[in-house]
Amino acid sequence: MPSLHPEASRLISRPRLTGFAVFALVILAILFADVKPAQALPSGKVIAIPAFARKYGLPCSACHTAWPELNNFGQVFRDNGYQLMNDRDSPIWQNPSYFPISFRITPQWHRESADHQVIDSSPGCFNTPCFDVAGKVNQSGFDLSGMDLWTAGTLFKNISFTILPSSDSTAVWHFEAAWIRFDNLKNNRWLNVRFGRFELDNLISEKRFLFLSNNGGIYQIYHFNVPGSSNNFGYGDNQIGVELAGHSANSYTRYSIAVLSSNEGGVGFTNDVVPGGSAASRTYDVNLAFSQAFDAKSLGFERIGAFAYIGQRPTYYQTAGVADGAPEQLVGVGNKPFYRVGFAGDLYIHNLELLPLFMYGHDSAYLGNSISSQNGPLPSNFHAPTFYGGFLESHYYLNPQNVILGRFEKINVGQQADSGNPGSFGNVTAYSVGYRWYPIMFSRAGVALDGEYSRTKSIGIVPESGDGTGGPPLFPTDGVWSSSVFFGIDFDF
Amino acid sequence: MITRKLALGFALGSLTLLTAGAGVARAQSHVESVDPSLGAPSVSSEESHIGSLTGHAAPGKALYRRYCIGCHGPAGDGNGMNAQWIDPKPRDFTEAIFKCRSTPTGTLPSDQDLYNAVTRGFVTSNMPSWRPLTEQQRADLVAFIKTWSPRWAKEKPGDALTIPPETPVTIESILHGRELFQKLECWKCHGPAGHGDGPSAATLTDSKDNPIRPYNFSVGTRFKCGDTNQDIYRIFMTGVDGTPMPSFHDVIQPNDAWDLVHFLRTLQVALPTQEGDVWRGYVATHGKDIKPIGPDAANGAQ
Repeated sequence: MPSLHPEASRLISRPRLTGFAVFALVILAILFADVKPAQALPSGKVIAIPAFARKYGLPCSACHTAWPELNNFGQVFRDNGYQLMNDRDSPIWQNPSYFPISFRITPQWHRESADHQVIDSSPGCFNTPCFDVAGKVNQSGFDLSGMDLWTAGTLFKNISFTILPSSDSTAVWHFEAAWIRFDNLKNNRWLNVRFGRFELDNLISEKRFLFLSNNGGIYQIYHFNVPGSSNNFGYGDNQIGVELAGHSANSYTRYSIAVLSSNEGGVGFTNDVVPGGSAASRTYDVNLAFSQAFDAKSLGFERIGAFAYIGQRPTYYQTAGVADGAPEQLVGVGNKPFYRVGFAGDLYIHNLELLPLFMYGHDSAYLGNSISSQNGPLPSNFHAPTFYGGFLESHYYLNPQNVILGRFEKINVGQQADSGNPGSFGNVTAYSVGYRWYPIMFSRAGVALDGEYSRTKSIGIVPESGDGTGGPPLFPTDGVWSSSVFFGIDFDF
Repeated sequence: MITRKLALGFALGSLTLLTAGAGVARAQSHVESVDPSLGAPSVSSEESHIGSLTGHAAPGKALYRRYCIGCHGPAGDGNGMNAQWIDPKPRDFTEAIFKCRSTPTGTLPSDQDLYNAVTRGFVTSNMPSWRPLTEQQRADLVAFIKTWSPRWAKEKPGDALTIPPETPVTIESILHGRELFQKLECWKCHGPAGHGDGPSAATLTDSKDNPIRPYNFSVGTRFKCGDTNQDIYRIFMTGVDGTPMPSFHDVIQPNDAWDLVHFLRTLQVALPTQEGDVWRGYVATHGKDIKPIGPDAANGAQ
């Protein structure tokens, strides 16, 4: 059983500011401060690029419903390879001093809470018998998000690129994205080839969404795997490979076909973007995405789409050095399949935007039970696990500078990997509400104030949260409620 | 208990944020610094009519604030915060002078003209194509643009130019168009070869005294007001208001106008055009007979 660091227990009884006091302090600071622009997000999360606003002179709101989420104009711009197609896209037209760099970071105050945590019966077990009990852990304080240092644009007409070094809050860096794209091949917008590490063509992007808190700052289902699975795939994670994509003139119709390394976007033949993770298998995955938009007249713009990801992951490794007592993983082998399929939408009813998504996932029984395929036939209680679920997110735009957020998410395990597990083992339910106010939103930079409350219940497993806060409960039938209160100043320059 | 307190704190905090957001945004933000009465008093009643589509100024106002205000400005006068960095400068809607029209020079454009301009954008400028917006949104924007000038309340758009069917592309048509290019002194601005380097080119300014360059046919970009032969016909027959490019409607007969269109196409040497093929075939066999265009040409060129 995992045990908590004594410091965590100490925090339980630490005096803390209430949410209101913190909000009030920050609001006062803004009211009386000479606010200067800049924009942002948690490490590798959200993407908005004021460098483009500076290049073209358009306000943030031209491309974003509320940055960093794209509207259809921004989608067309992105699909065109960060080009407006006005014969002024090549960098030769820019002032030589222009350089397409943006950065984003979010100073924040947040409070994290998780119940049913395994803690010592008394803090530090000082002079008392020590045993595990279920308890609640609360922590709060000021913090930083990670930082995105983003450069993107065009190298020449119809050749675009992105380099996105991204750090966590302690400045450990990795390449969240790095790619080059050849746009409009044969002068055809249906033929665009991208090469490198990039986000899957998600209709609902986790890189450009509006939630920032630990619990609300991820789509649970984009990272979900049935408990016990060795599969590390996350649909929201950037992958590395090559993509063929295309779109109609107004991007109402879009498609993407990507062939990707089976290493979860890792580099150096590992499963991690920071080298040092487990060895990767030398196979390939495929992602397919298609969407179609409609002009619903007075209601607004509506888009629906479907996706499928078919992949493999290793179940054991070719090794070296076992005889010498220094085993080393060389390459993942014994690959077994998995897939994720689903559909999503981006629907408007005037100023109300609804983002529904449904996903079904299936893993090989070997992956689901973390069993080497060298073992041959599996015991009868081991099955290929499945899960299904989705979310409905809503944005209500009071105006381009004020948006109210909400989300409900639900994931159920359809088939447990081990039929001995409780049927609800791994189920997740999540709620998030929030509000973003953009006091600065113009063609040079952006600032947003972000307030959120997010709550996640996970049965028998560690809560799916942005930073992995919390641990699994004592019993697989226990539901861990993990909540985040978040207030941050999201700035992007 | 703690959770309840925090939830209450969050709710109160959100309320504070919401209240502050509503007030402070207006005071501090560049976007929100727009006068709440953005647009003329008739803003709520102004409409546009594009085919069967009716645009309304009220929703157009919100769209303007989202997409257009950075360049065209909160007063619609082309003095948005980004205007100082833009060349050519954004349109001043308060003057109600528009380049791309199907209507006679000096008159207001039709709603369809404005809709087409919003949809098409202006090549080689900062004005992008707004085709990604829905048709209704573009119609609403047109309705709102019309609130900036009292001219829209007092005047009606001019009658749309009638464009006759295009005449066949022949060498005779092209040669006659070439004569007109010389005779009408198009070359003085656009240059003998259409490179935009005529003797007057460096002196040209628009109606706001901003330097302006004549179109360079040889680069093969789209025209500002479209890219079809009908668009070229319309451009020089209605003129480009607010620029030195005049209307030739009272100078050229329709068939002559088509001849000029065919010749202008031959100047777009970077584009594969039917007119270019015909012209290059003629030049290959009659090159020595072709007199140069420009001040040295005597009595028109051929």
